[in-house]
Order: sequence, then structure tokens, then C-alpha cells
Amino acid sequence: MKQRFLIPLAVFFVLVIFLAIGLTLNPRDLPSPLKDKPAPAFTLPQLAAADKTFSPTDLKGKVWLLNVWASWCVSCRQEHPLLVSFSKQNDLPIIGLNYKDQGADAKNWLARFGDPYLLSAVDADGRVGINYGVYGVPETYVIDKAGTIRMKHTGPITPESLKTQILPLVAELSK
Amino acid sequence: MKLRSILLCCALMFAGAATAKEAAPMATDVAVEKRMVAISEELRCLVCQNESLAGSHAELALDLRREIRTMIGEGKSDQEILDFMVARYGDFVRFRPPVKPTTWLLWGGPFLLLAGGIVALIVFLRRRVREEAAPRLSDEEHRRAAALLDQSKP
Repeated sequence: MKQRFLIPLAVFFVLVIFLAIGLTLNPRDLPSPLKDKPAPAFTLPQLAAADKTFSPTDLKGKVWLLNVWASWCVSCRQEHPLLVSFSKQNDLPIIGLNYKDQGADAKNWLARFGDPYLLSAVDADGRVGINYGVYGVPETYVIDKAGTIRMKHTGPITPESLKTQILPLVAELSK
Repeated sequence: MKLRSILLCCALMFAGAATAKEAAPMATDVAVEKRMVAISEELRCLVCQNESLAGSHAELALDLRREIRTMIGEGKSDQEILDFMVARYGDFVRFRPPVKPTTWLLWGGPFLLLAGGIVALIVFLRRRVREEAAPRLSDEEHRRAAALLDQSKP
């Protein structure tokens, strides 16, 4: 008889466990359908030199990061110091995709907070961003030697995500 | 008072001009706009995840609606436009995701819960019927009960 009263308690605990798992999940972290697909092609003018262009094929044979950023993006500022210090310690090329930004604002921003990028490509109308499935700047893509997207990180990179996810993958791909 | 009415007139004139300007592109192609809205109501705005692409004011939603308009202009079918979105943002972008192994639980879950509820209800009802039928007092117990009831009378 007593055991019957334990049933609601057990149900309650199961619910609590489900809700607790739910709280630790990040609804912004969506699996990208572009993972293990070739990085969408584009040719965009460079931020520093508008007469030059950049295209992902320029970096064929190299492992590189594509970091989507904008001067209006608050979280970009949060991750920026990490990218700057990372770029000083590593040879890994980081390409910036300056997403829906004003050229002058973007240049000022880099002058003020440091420029970790090999170069930044200007995606003024956000069309390239759409092809990469960008929905929450900053976003970072790890692209391998063959030009395939191997990982997508949505939101600011943290020291943990850099250490536990991005760097091991880059090391493996660079072999 | 006079100044105020003049200001009001000015404001109304400008307001009229502003709405006229905004409405112009919509009026040029009602059919395209209608299709765009119908498609974007099926799609989730990934910035504010519980809003549809049709209802969202997020920058990305504006851009994606522009893309949909362009694709309609290029003569693409609704399915092609949906595929374009899914290829970039995944199945999550659709409010009605396709039925496949990863979404079986999503589509079947409510029916599983319903089946579980029906089974629990049947078990409960059967047990109640059995318990109601079971407790009959023996003659000895009847006598004892009567004695106890008598005692309680003053």
C-alpha cells in the first residue's frame, strides 16, 4: 500500500531530471547541415583593400578558421580578445567575414580592439552569411585542407570551446 | 492652438507620405507578397526561435524574406525555396519538420504518451472494479459491526 505513494514521487524525480537536462541544453546551438559539406563559394572584396578580393579557394590546402563578425555585434567584442591572443600564438589563418557592417565602423573596431584576421572579407548585404547559415553572430567555421566545413561554432568562442573542441580538431586536420 | 493644429497637419501629411512610400513595393506585386508570406509562415526565425519568419522583425528575417521574394521572382517552386532554407539552417527552420529517424520521437511522442495514458486508465479502472467487488463482510463481521454501532448509541 505504501509503495503506491512512491509512484508520484518517482514520476516527479523523472520530471526533475528531464527538466534539469533541458536547462543545460543551449537552444541556440543548432547542428549545422553544412557540416562535412564543401564551404559555399564566394568572392568578396577585402575590408582593408577594397580592390582585392577573397575567395575560400585561395586557402585550398590549408586548415583555416572563418569567423563571422561585425562591429555592431556585442558578443563579438566578448570573444575578440581571445581571437587576438590566439592569432599571436598560432599560425592558423583566421579569415574574418565582416557581416552586414559599415566599412568605416569595421576598420575603427579592428584598430581599437586589435586585428586577429589574416584578412576580412566584406559581406555587406549578408548574402554570403545566408549561404553559410549564419543566424547569430559571432560564428566560427573550421575548414579543412580540401575546403570542407568540419565544424561550426555558434556564439562567442570561449577558452574552453577553443581548448576542448576547436584546437584538437585543427591539430587532427593539420596532420 | 493654431500652431498646434498646423503641426498636426504637417505630421499627418508626412505620415501619409511615409506610408505611401512604404506601401508602393507591396502593391506592385500582391501575388508575390502573398506567396512569400505563406512560405515564411512555415519557417522559423532562427534569431527569435518561437516566431515565424513572416512575423519576425529581426534583421535576418528581413534578409531571408528578401531572398524568398527574389527566389519567387526567379520562378522557383515552394519546395525549392524550403529546400534552400533547410540546406542552410537545418530541419529546425521548418515548423513542420519531415518525418525521419531523428524526428520519430518528436512526431510519435504524443501518441506514445496517449497510449501510455490509456493503458494506465484501463489498469486503474479494472483494479477499481475488482476492489469494489471484493470486500464483502462475513456474517461474523456483520455481527461485530452491528454491536459496535449499538454501543455508540447513547
